[in-house]
Amino acid sequence: MASSSSSSSSSKGLDEEERPHVLAVDDSLVDRKLIERLLTNCACKVTTAENGQRALEFLGLGDGQHTVDNSDLKVNLIITDYCMPGMTGYELLKKVKESSNLREIPVVIVSSENVPTRINKCLEEGAQEFMLKPLKQSDVKKLRYYMMRLGQPCNGMLCMGR
Amino acid sequence: MDVVSQLQKQFVDYSTSLYREGFLDDQFVQLQKLQDESNPDFVVEVVSLFFEDSEKLINNLASALQQQIVDYKQVDAHVHQFKGSSSSIGAQRVKNACVAFRAHCDGRNLEGCMRCLQQVKFEYSLVKSKLETLFKLEQQILAAGGSIPVLA
Repeated sequence: MASSSSSSSSSKGLDEEERPHVLAVDDSLVDRKLIERLLTNCACKVTTAENGQRALEFLGLGDGQHTVDNSDLKVNLIITDYCMPGMTGYELLKKVKESSNLREIPVVIVSSENVPTRINKCLEEGAQEFMLKPLKQSDVKKLRYYMMRLGQPCNGMLCMGR
Repeated sequence: MDVVSQLQKQFVDYSTSLYREGFLDDQFVQLQKLQDESNPDFVVEVVSLFFEDSEKLINNLASALQQQIVDYKQVDAHVHQFKGSSSSIGAQRVKNACVAFRAHCDGRNLEGCMRCLQQVKFEYSLVKSKLETLFKLEQQILAAGGSIPVLA
């Protein structure tokens, strides 16, 4: 099940419309909670998904779904764990990049394992970045740069964070 | 020294020892930085999730190792998950025990795996009780009207 956070207290003065929307995919509940906090601290709206299948369903690419134009969803970044049961983050990346509607969305892969062949494979498939877990606030701040709203900069705002 | 200062000193000493003895690493510090007035229970919430998750994983591991024919890939997958979650909250010794465990999975060494499971269980129960003590100290400080010291 994909779930959205509604932490308005952390919106840091940006309204719903202006906050970049991140889809975070990870099979670990602990890591989903962490990434959600890290992203919310950077004034992002977060939707989490526990696996690749749910993520695809959210993006409108699930089995039997008609593809949805991303301007409705407004997902500005996908951040996904590499090692997940069922569909790996790499497989999810491929599916996103194969979709004409969604391929523009930057995809960041995270992994607890530093495996050069894995990293290269993901970057070659079009991943924006590959990051090592566990993520820190400083890692997530860097990602703000990628969260351009489909070509429009986020009002030039940078995450000042902590 | 008044009650609050005493408790605060106890807290600082206890926290410092946890880092010094390798129970916790910098990732736990990162977690604490994510806690603020709008999310005052963040650390306890994440750690509680970790406890629930860990208990399930330990049960899954025990049962996977008891199978007639052990599926080492499955065992490895559970250990990988455990390694990930312990790393995410900064439970360093648990994480290290998981790293050792994976080596035995690779070697398909049942006896080694059983020993590692015991080690992981041991380290987990240690860090669990230490974190519970830490949280209790925090509650005592707050109840006495003090604030929780931030370690540099």
